Amino acid sequence: MTDTSNMSAKELLGFYQEELYEEARRAKKEGKLVCWSASVAPSEFCVTMDIAMIYPETHAAGIGARKGALDVLEVADEKGYNVDTCSYARVNMGYMELLKQEALTGKTPEKLEKSPAARIPLPDLVITCNNICNTLLKWYENLAVELNIPLIIIDVPFNHTMPIPQYSKDYIAEQFKNAISQLEEICGKKFDYDKFLKVQEQTQRSVAQWNRIASLSSHKPSPLNGFDLFNYMALIVCARSRDYAEITFKKFADELEENLKNGIYAFKGNEQKRVTWEGIAVWPHLGHTFKGLKNLGNIMTGSAYPGLWNLSYTPGDMSSMAEAYTRIYINTCLDNKVKVLSDIISGGKCDGVIYHQNRSCKLMSFLNVETADILQKGNHLPYVSFDGDQTDPRNFSPAQFDTRIQALDEMMKQNKEGVSNE
Amino acid sequence: MSRIETIISELSSISNNPKKAMEDYKKETGKGAVGVMPYYAPEEIIHAAGLLPVGIWGGQKSISKARAFLPPFACSIMQSVMEMQLEGVYDNLEAILFPVPCDTLKCLSQKWKGTSPVIVFTHPQNRKLEAANKFLAEEYRLVREKLERILDVKITDEALTKSIDIYNENRKVMREFVDIAAAYPQIIDPIKRHAIIKARSFMEKSKHTAMVKELNSELKSLPVEDFTGKRVVLTGIMAEPNEVLEILKENGFAVVADDLAQESRQFRNDVPLGPDPLYRLAKWWQEFDGCSLATDAKKSRGPMLIDTVKSSKADAVVVCMMKFCDPEEFDYPIYYRQFEEAGIKSLFIEIDLETTSFEQTKTRVQSFSEML
Repeated sequence: MTDTSNMSAKELLGFYQEELYEEARRAKKEGKLVCWSASVAPSEFCVTMDIAMIYPETHAAGIGARKGALDVLEVADEKGYNVDTCSYARVNMGYMELLKQEALTGKTPEKLEKSPAARIPLPDLVITCNNICNTLLKWYENLAVELNIPLIIIDVPFNHTMPIPQYSKDYIAEQFKNAISQLEEICGKKFDYDKFLKVQEQTQRSVAQWNRIASLSSHKPSPLNGFDLFNYMALIVCARSRDYAEITFKKFADELEENLKNGIYAFKGNEQKRVTWEGIAVWPHLGHTFKGLKNLGNIMTGSAYPGLWNLSYTPGDMSSMAEAYTRIYINTCLDNKVKVLSDIISGGKCDGVIYHQNRSCKLMSFLNVETADILQKGNHLPYVSFDGDQTDPRNFSPAQFDTRIQALDEMMKQNKEGVSNE
Repeated sequence: MSRIETIISELSSISNNPKKAMEDYKKETGKGAVGVMPYYAPEEIIHAAGLLPVGIWGGQKSISKARAFLPPFACSIMQSVMEMQLEGVYDNLEAILFPVPCDTLKCLSQKWKGTSPVIVFTHPQNRKLEAANKFLAEEYRLVREKLERILDVKITDEALTKSIDIYNENRKVMREFVDIAAAYPQIIDPIKRHAIIKARSFMEKSKHTAMVKELNSELKSLPVEDFTGKRVVLTGIMAEPNEVLEILKENGFAVVADDLAQESRQFRNDVPLGPDPLYRLAKWWQEFDGCSLATDAKKSRGPMLIDTVKSSKADAVVVCMMKFCDPEEFDYPIYYRQFEEAGIKSLFIEIDLETTSFEQTKTRVQSFSEML
């Protein structure tokens, strides 16, 4: 076993990410079950059942960040997936197709061979949850039918009215029970409720450490560069029900607190303005977006996206767990969405907001105009939006991004000097 | 003018002019109308309140004002609905019933630009569980309460049960119409067929039922003639604007069945029997299958379409793909593969309510026609 005690948070992140993929590959080899899961679907059930987990959204983001998206997007395109649909889904459906071809022919397709991302095994079952979009329902329907494998659905109805009504939590809790019986059938063994409680407790410890990191961006200057959360996010997605996430996040939070104590900040004295980033990262152009902001002295200290995994609940209480999985801000009405973002902006002591009009994500784009307008009326902070995409590199224009953030930078400067932007 | 022509002409004029249909209803009953956004809202609750449920399906429109509120990758139908909201087209509706079965509708439900009050409800998507029925019945209970408050009426279980009966009768008559129309393509061309069906979105249903019933019986009294053109099944959200159907007609296509959200998907199932009307309406959603907006772990749309092609003796399927509708776009690769495996031919055409140029559709339909 590798000794992880002296590893830095960054080393732990890399180590556990690889370890998770290796565990899934090993499980497949040993004839154990592998599940592909939506990123904010409850992980607790499958982990209790010792099923190896793969998270296609994280995998797709990894392919995007390593500039390997176009090859697999082309495969999805050939299968009839419209270029207007979510690029995570298209990357994954393309990748799945290549894995399927390999399994059927025994030959590794060239595009799979060349893919820069970690190799993942095909799933024996899939689990999805629509708390971050209904696309995840359609995508996983397709995975299940293409591979002829069971699909576990956790449907969390859109919360058009807040607070979340009890009948909605009851419906979700009933689905948890149903998921457990589906798993008992698939695994051919009883669900261990004692172990489940421990997995829930582990999940809460991971979430607590995750929230500890996120809260550090409230310091001014900030020891945390918000873009780091995009990287560490891989473990809150893929390992929140394991101690891998807790260990890594604790280490990272400790490091950041130590830095803070010693006056070491993310931008080393060059933090001039602080921004909130609303939306998913532009993975294929992560470097460009980060550097573009950094060169202007702008640090990202607010983002609601990592907060999707703020899944705090009371272990042992299914209704409380149901609430945690359904209250995700993009699954709630505009009033609540605005409230959540407003807290993020003030918590991060931000001077402006950047909205990602994400070609892949209708849910995170179609309310941006109204959200920005309401927020601006309240906080008088300038904002800009830019056109991008989470994984399809063709839907992002570096020049447009640069122009927009320069404009934002200008407005933030003026605001700080007391000139109104309204 | 024959009785058949008269009925078709009346229904076509209603289908083309919902505003007048609303005004006529108001004159007749003194009561107003409630807008029904797509897809699959329980119109029966509005009907039971004595108001006219009016389907909101956008229209052929160039988009300008909506551009400020929606990026260009929002679906064509919602672009046009947003444009019409901004023009005040829907402002004389007493309320808007707003289901949210896709991500676009979730967002749109939060940004209505008109003046009417909006009542949002969510369809459950883990539909085959009993818990889903309970959840939806509760949503419908709240819809009823909100309607009662806004309209200042009482919607009783008795009235609701009666309305469900009226709607089920309409559904049955519409299924009969679809079958009969397939036998008389020389009379019921694609445009007329669409108008007859669409008129139900703007009419009190028992009136629509009576007219279509009469039409059915008039049609059945005529001899069935040989049809030399091609028989097709339409699938998708809708087959508008009329230019699209005109192209099908010009190329000798008859629509012998459809799987459109605006048409047969609404009436291929009845609301099931049971003691509690709201629960019955909820159960309809559980039994409903083969639609991109109703999650289905078995993905039965492809097999259902293949069955429809066989039972209606169709030559092919025409995929009417709503531009930027991701639920529909996700279904396509699966049923396309299933069609290929079953040896069923299909043609993909894009539905764009904004377009005024149909050359591409024309060319595609022409060459498809030659291929069949």
